[in-house]
Amino acid sequence: MSKATIIPFGPQHPVLPEPLHLDLVVEDETVVEAIPQIGFVHRGLEKLVETRDYNQFIYVAERICGICAFGHSLGYAETVESLMGVEVPKRAEYLRVIWHELSRVHSHLLWLGLAADAFGFESLFMHCWRLRERILDIFEKTTGGRVILSVVSVGGVNRDINASQMDEIIHTLEGIEHDYHEIMQVMLNDGSVKNRTVGVGYISHESALDLCMVGPFARASNVAYDVRMFGHGGYGELSDFQPLCATEGDCYARVKVRCEEVLQSIAIIKEMAAKIPAGDIAVPVKGSPAAGAEAANVLEQPRGECYYYARGNGTKYLDRMRMRTPTSQNLAGMVSVLEGCDLADVNMIILTIDPCISCTER
Amino acid sequence: MAFASKSPWVIHYDGSSCNGCDIEVLATLCPGFDGERFGVINTGNPKHADIFLVTGSINEQNIEVVRQIYDQMVEPKVVVACGICACTGGIFHDCYNVLGGVDKAIPVDVYAPGCAVRPEALIDAIVKGIAVLDEKSAALEKKKKEGVA
Repeated sequence: MSKATIIPFGPQHPVLPEPLHLDLVVEDETVVEAIPQIGFVHRGLEKLVETRDYNQFIYVAERICGICAFGHSLGYAETVESLMGVEVPKRAEYLRVIWHELSRVHSHLLWLGLAADAFGFESLFMHCWRLRERILDIFEKTTGGRVILSVVSVGGVNRDINASQMDEIIHTLEGIEHDYHEIMQVMLNDGSVKNRTVGVGYISHESALDLCMVGPFARASNVAYDVRMFGHGGYGELSDFQPLCATEGDCYARVKVRCEEVLQSIAIIKEMAAKIPAGDIAVPVKGSPAAGAEAANVLEQPRGECYYYARGNGTKYLDRMRMRTPTSQNLAGMVSVLEGCDLADVNMIILTIDPCISCTER
Repeated sequence: MAFASKSPWVIHYDGSSCNGCDIEVLATLCPGFDGERFGVINTGNPKHADIFLVTGSINEQNIEVVRQIYDQMVEPKVVVACGICACTGGIFHDCYNVLGGVDKAIPVDVYAPGCAVRPEALIDAIVKGIAVLDEKSAALEKKKKEGVA
């Protein structure tokens, strides 16, 4: 029996764009325990609802996380709308789905790139991010922003996408799809990639359920749960939606689920663009949430289910705003996967849960 | 500055940013904007880095980490505050756990505002950083000579 050593991982680490600290207790080359320490990104923005009114807070909600920025503004707006009983126009719901799915494509491409970087495939990283730039170009053309879009408002959306822009989006997406198949081929079939992912970081279906994992991390362990299947908002108009699952439960399965979700999202955008109805993009919202009124809402973010809760107090300021983000759900799963893994695989395993620390700590 | 006298290696640390600026820092170095044409390489080792790119504001937990990374860097070194949160605290300036911009912890040479900071602004900040690096290394040389004489 060798002596246990503690190797600190992070908060500044080349594989992580974000600060997460782990104390890895290792014996020889095997990790016996991983002790996470978080709190480097905590800003305390849930408390800002006391000083920003419900329209202003949408811009704070958007900055919970820069990767799922659109998702957070959408989730927050939907919560406040249900708090106040606002009916959103159909066209706005369609536009929200289109932007949300574009965000998912950009988030997954970003992740695929970072995963490639984690196992040392630098050129694949660059190719993923090159494709992602084209999604950001769509964002810039339709909203004016690359990362923070500021396009959702309580009661609808701020900007419309006209027919010629819509054609351009579809045309760009077809180009991306064409190039993406090449990247997917490497990600899923290349021998050197498979050596790093197949059989690494296994978690069973039962453990995934026990640890309340969400999103692609859970779906890779065959948990068929995706909030989009409940048909909330514009998702109710989809002709068919099935969560994409894999049964293997290892890093390879997580890569595969996300790879396929990109294509699924592109198909959703195409369907929505084809049948988007004409009409208003926002309704005027007057008044304030009633005192004691409560609303809860779930949304499928690129990283999994995100839960929102809001309570009104009769003024234009909310009494309480609470989010439970996918990464905080998945941290327990990550720690359990890390136990017993090889030290060299730690990078890859941490990356495959797609951690978003600024969502988690807010 | 007619030419860059040095290929600056950069190290990136996320203070308490929302990720928006972090992914823009990485996007700057990727093919879309190709920051690498200025010789910029992203390194994970503070001892190899010339320019320290900090995103996000400073809080109680990360102030020591930022100081440690800065102290480990070798002179001459330049600090670039990337994004409005790193410059002043930005939209989160009145949050209870935000102390303010990066200049609360370490001296900042170049400020690149924006929410999120645009890659063009970052490239501009890095190129300005090279000029600051030149000034600092000239000052170091001068000090060394005076010390010898």
